Amino acid sequence: MTEIELLSWARGPGLQIATVIFVAGIVIRFFEILMLGRKANLAEARGSEMSGGLKTMFTRTVPDRATYKRSAFTITAGYLFHFGLFITFFMFAPHILLVKDIFGFGWPSLPTPIVDAFAVITIISLLAVLANRLNNKVMRYLTNFEDLLTWFLTLAPLVTGYIAFHRIGFTAPTLLAMHILSVELLMIVFPFTKLMHAFTLFLARWYNGAISGYKGVAS
Amino acid sequence: MKKEPFLTKVGPKDAALGDVLRSNGVSRRSFMKFCATTASMMALPPAMIPMIARALEQARRPSVIWLSFQECTGCTESLTRAHTSTLESLIFDAISLDYHHTLQAASGHAAEEAREMAMEENFGEYLLVVDGSIPLGNPGYSTIAGISNHDMLVEAAKGAAAIIAVGTCSTYGGIPHANPNPTGAVSVGDIITDKPIVNVPGCPPIPVVITGVLAHFLTFGVLPELDHIGRPTAFYGNSIHDRCYRRPFYDKGKFAETFDDEGARKGWCLFKLGCKGPTTYNACATTKWNDGTSFPIEAGHPCLGCSEPDFWDGGSFYRALSAPTENIARTAAYTATGAAVAGIALGALNRAKKKASSKAHIEITIDDLER
Amino acid sequence: MNSAGASQFNIQIGNEPTLNVQPLLHQVRHALDKLLSDGDPAIIDLRSIPLAPGEEQSIIDLLGQGEVHARLNALGSSEIYETRYAGVWLITHYNEENIIVSRFIEINDIPDILKSQHEDMSLAAHSLMQELDSL
Repeated sequence: MTEIELLSWARGPGLQIATVIFVAGIVIRFFEILMLGRKANLAEARGSEMSGGLKTMFTRTVPDRATYKRSAFTITAGYLFHFGLFITFFMFAPHILLVKDIFGFGWPSLPTPIVDAFAVITIISLLAVLANRLNNKVMRYLTNFEDLLTWFLTLAPLVTGYIAFHRIGFTAPTLLAMHILSVELLMIVFPFTKLMHAFTLFLARWYNGAISGYKGVAS
Repeated sequence: MKKEPFLTKVGPKDAALGDVLRSNGVSRRSFMKFCATTASMMALPPAMIPMIARALEQARRPSVIWLSFQECTGCTESLTRAHTSTLESLIFDAISLDYHHTLQAASGHAAEEAREMAMEENFGEYLLVVDGSIPLGNPGYSTIAGISNHDMLVEAAKGAAAIIAVGTCSTYGGIPHANPNPTGAVSVGDIITDKPIVNVPGCPPIPVVITGVLAHFLTFGVLPELDHIGRPTAFYGNSIHDRCYRRPFYDKGKFAETFDDEGARKGWCLFKLGCKGPTTYNACATTKWNDGTSFPIEAGHPCLGCSEPDFWDGGSFYRALSAPTENIARTAAYTATGAAVAGIALGALNRAKKKASSKAHIEITIDDLER
Repeated sequence: MNSAGASQFNIQIGNEPTLNVQPLLHQVRHALDKLLSDGDPAIIDLRSIPLAPGEEQSIIDLLGQGEVHARLNALGSSEIYETRYAGVWLITHYNEENIIVSRFIEINDIPDILKSQHEDMSLAAHSLMQELDSL
């Protein structure tokens, strides 16, 4: 298979397969979660579920003092790489073009050198997060295969994207194909792992807020 | 079509190039000018000019046989424009072009005899230049004097010192090789595996690149350094993107959206219009075309990627490299609908299981509900 | 390089330079310093650097023209100028259809190609001898 054939496959059938698994996985899981429902709470409601839930969806973004003190490194590095992922994916011109091609709308991009810098910051924070996890005895004990797999699949598109942009090691078509294939691999594995938190976090936050809201307490 | 040869006094076949030039009244100073331009053509640093002069002085005139197979003659056209510089034709005249369909005066049996004689006389030493792909589907698809391309190539390759495949057709199959490849077209490299092959792709290749490879062989007697798919790194070592003068616009995110909008008029990057510059390796951005006049991007058209294998099948010429080549939105929509149905069904199954177990007073957890 | 048509359509003339003009001129300056201190000449191939349309001309305009202008008639013409910076020469080689085939900036006290070549002088001495013999 030539380089261009590989690249064309990644941009075509490969992406189709990945999209099917990705979309199907997420939609099915959502229906399963929602349809399982919650246990009926027979106590009388003392506050509003909905307002508690909605508020918490946003307030949970800022961790409370005690939590932050306990895991300052994880929280800071975590925020850093999440923000970095946002910038490198959503604010890079060729990526925005991809979204525009699929969904029909785009938005202005950031200058490439800035995105490049953020890619480096994100890669470093991801490496730091893993190092921290493996150094901490408790966290290492709790770490399983899925944790490492999802970490790797998140790092791969960043690293392959960076080297594709900077042309390190192989020729351009191969590098670009590797980058796109790494994203497709991420998409395929996504619905079966904890990466689903990207979509379910709002559900989870709502639920936490709703429980407290129902009881009439702050959350 | 046949140009008047510059060197009228040819001399013996194994005369050194320096002697041939002198006997044609070419002064040493002219020869230095020739070497300087040759160095520039071969993308070699000017400091090497004296060395090139010494080498060319002693160079022997190699016999060159040019075979044209399943091609459009664009590569020959590219090389032999009526106003091709004398210096390029000097290279051409410096070699002994013993066989070329379009350029030679002879035709029919006389031409084929000339070819066979040249091959015999110079066995093991001649340069074989090939343009056009070779159809394997049926030998009858492309023949010369009743001989199939495949047979002619195999026979000519036997006595060749090296093969130069000119144009994307002979290097990688080109347009005949594009989906669905009705003639079973293949490249020279797919058939000949025991001779050194230099691939000079492009649709067509930049003429100065073709003569640059010939000049390299003439000067140094060996083939230039090649990349992993056989292209000379002197000309194909950099991608268009890495040498494009519009790169600052790409980096700043300034793209032309259509062919005549304000961005296009200001000369902004053509990535959104489908430019394949990032994945294409060629010398267009530095050496340019028509003696350095311009190249597609400078003229406002995105790069087609014509020096890469299978560029015809690499997605639309006008679709950005980061855009998918198929309709993903539709796939996503259909999948979501189908998955919704599946999700509802699976959810219903879970609820039923939960209900049944609560009725039977059996405790179940989420793990029991997962398949 | 035809820029007349370009201004009519104004397609590719941008305001942004490739940022290669200044580095090139710095290279010339360094070469001139080296020539003065060590006596080593240098040649720069103008075709080896990516330049946006109009930049090659702006480099040439910047260098200007000095006191010497020589014209070569060898395999087509060649124009050789000393620029307004002594020691910096612009050499443009044309083919017989007057198309530019190569362009160099040579930093030297006189470009090598202007000097008479040893082999040509040997041949000249020989033919002058023959001419004198026949007189």
